[in-house]
Amino acid sequence: MAKVLDNPRPTLKERAAKIGEQVQGSQAWNSIFRPGSIFRKGYTDSPRNRSYVIMNSVLYHLHPVKVKRHAVKVSYTLCLGGLSFFLFILLTVTGIFLMFFYRPTAANAWQDIQTLQTSVTFGLLVRNMHRWAAHLMVLSVFLHMARVFYHGAYKAPREFNWVIGVVLLTLTLLLSFTGYLLPWDQLALWAVAVGTNMMGYTPVFGSQVRFVLLGGVEIGSETLLRWYVLHVLMLPFVIVIFMAIHFWRVRKDGGISGPL
Amino acid sequence: MTEIPEHLLKRAQAAREKAAADSGAAAPSSGEASDPRIPQHLLDRSKAARSGGDAGGGVAVAEKAGAVVTAAPTAGGVPVGAGPGGHTQRLLTVVKSGSIQEAKGAPVDKVHTWPHLLAVEFVAALACTAFLLVFSWVVNAPLLQAADPNKTPNPSKAPWYFLGLQELLTMFHPMIAGVTLPGVALILLILAPYLDRNPSNKPEDRKFMTTMMTVHLMFWAVLVIIGSFFRGPGFNFTFPWRDGIFFEL
Repeated sequence: MAKVLDNPRPTLKERAAKIGEQVQGSQAWNSIFRPGSIFRKGYTDSPRNRSYVIMNSVLYHLHPVKVKRHAVKVSYTLCLGGLSFFLFILLTVTGIFLMFFYRPTAANAWQDIQTLQTSVTFGLLVRNMHRWAAHLMVLSVFLHMARVFYHGAYKAPREFNWVIGVVLLTLTLLLSFTGYLLPWDQLALWAVAVGTNMMGYTPVFGSQVRFVLLGGVEIGSETLLRWYVLHVLMLPFVIVIFMAIHFWRVRKDGGISGPL
Repeated sequence: MTEIPEHLLKRAQAAREKAAADSGAAAPSSGEASDPRIPQHLLDRSKAARSGGDAGGGVAVAEKAGAVVTAAPTAGGVPVGAGPGGHTQRLLTVVKSGSIQEAKGAPVDKVHTWPHLLAVEFVAALACTAFLLVFSWVVNAPLLQAADPNKTPNPSKAPWYFLGLQELLTMFHPMIAGVTLPGVALILLILAPYLDRNPSNKPEDRKFMTTMMTVHLMFWAVLVIIGSFFRGPGFNFTFPWRDGIFFEL
């Protein structure tokens, strides 16, 4: 009896606390979270910990520890650049989902979308999100450009980042345009026909440009495959590289917004 | 106020107690002039500096050095590892007051990224997701009949962001409307920071560039709107309130 009183069974709370301590002291945990990470020692609100949240996490790639007070005013940036990036992530996630149900051939493409909409759980919703997010991204990138221009934020030392920004705008339009063909319905086919006919009027080597884009003289299965690869692989790859440079330059050239 | 870490506070407390104990033990050595462990030439120099009157920094350094020496443990004679003459520390350099760099930039009003910026970004992302989710729930993306190369719909329209170009096609030769004009616009856009030599970014100093950009943006916006909503079968001009809208997103 006395033994039991000396060693009462640990309560659930005590056991949980002990397990928590063991986990936080383990090598695995300490290898994941850097020294100073708030996940190692817990977060209490203090200037030191506020710095650690950024400094000891991957967020340090995107943001400095401190930013100018007026730079965080929503009315100044309208979050447009950040939202464009966020929409890109959203589009990647929904796009990967769509890829599971889609074959880029003229015989299957339209039927696959139809099946996705009618018999895949959340298929219609995810396709809608992908479509609307794509249009929204074109809009937000465009508005981001206008915002930067009207604030004169492209001036030295940010000239080159503006150039990269224009490249990103172009890539966004190309991503949207290549995705436009993939449902392989009348809207897609003829919108792309109009667009590629225009590119065929490039001076000197117009017909070659058109041939390379279409993978033939007419829009067909080869075009679909070509634009699918461009849309899901090549253009995202290129745009991610340019985004990395863009974000790096934002930090190097004096932060997210405002006069230097 | 900045938070001072626990271990530094402890260390400072320990040092303060030690200094108090030491000064109690070796009270008479208060004036550094009488301290035999300070090299004579340094004492001379500090004396000269004091009589010179203007070099406040030099005096402060000398006094500090003296204070540190008096705070050092004195019990037990010469400590192990002491240098020639029993000195436990050496003066490596004297930093003169003028040689210290002064910060010239005006202080910038800054806030912590967490929570001030991250919270805003998180809310913006959340709002964006919520909007998209609700919108996608209510409005379905278009999926027309399967593609048929032999059946041209009337009208055939490009995606909305290219409708400005398609609208130009009705006015100019395709090479001008489809390639030259957008090409020039794109190149001008890329060159904007190099063409704009005005260093100011105040709106009142940039009326010309602001006007140019607004005209440029409005040019495309108007063309896109006309191409989207005011073009019907055969890409002929219509009024959306009269003939309906011929537009799919």
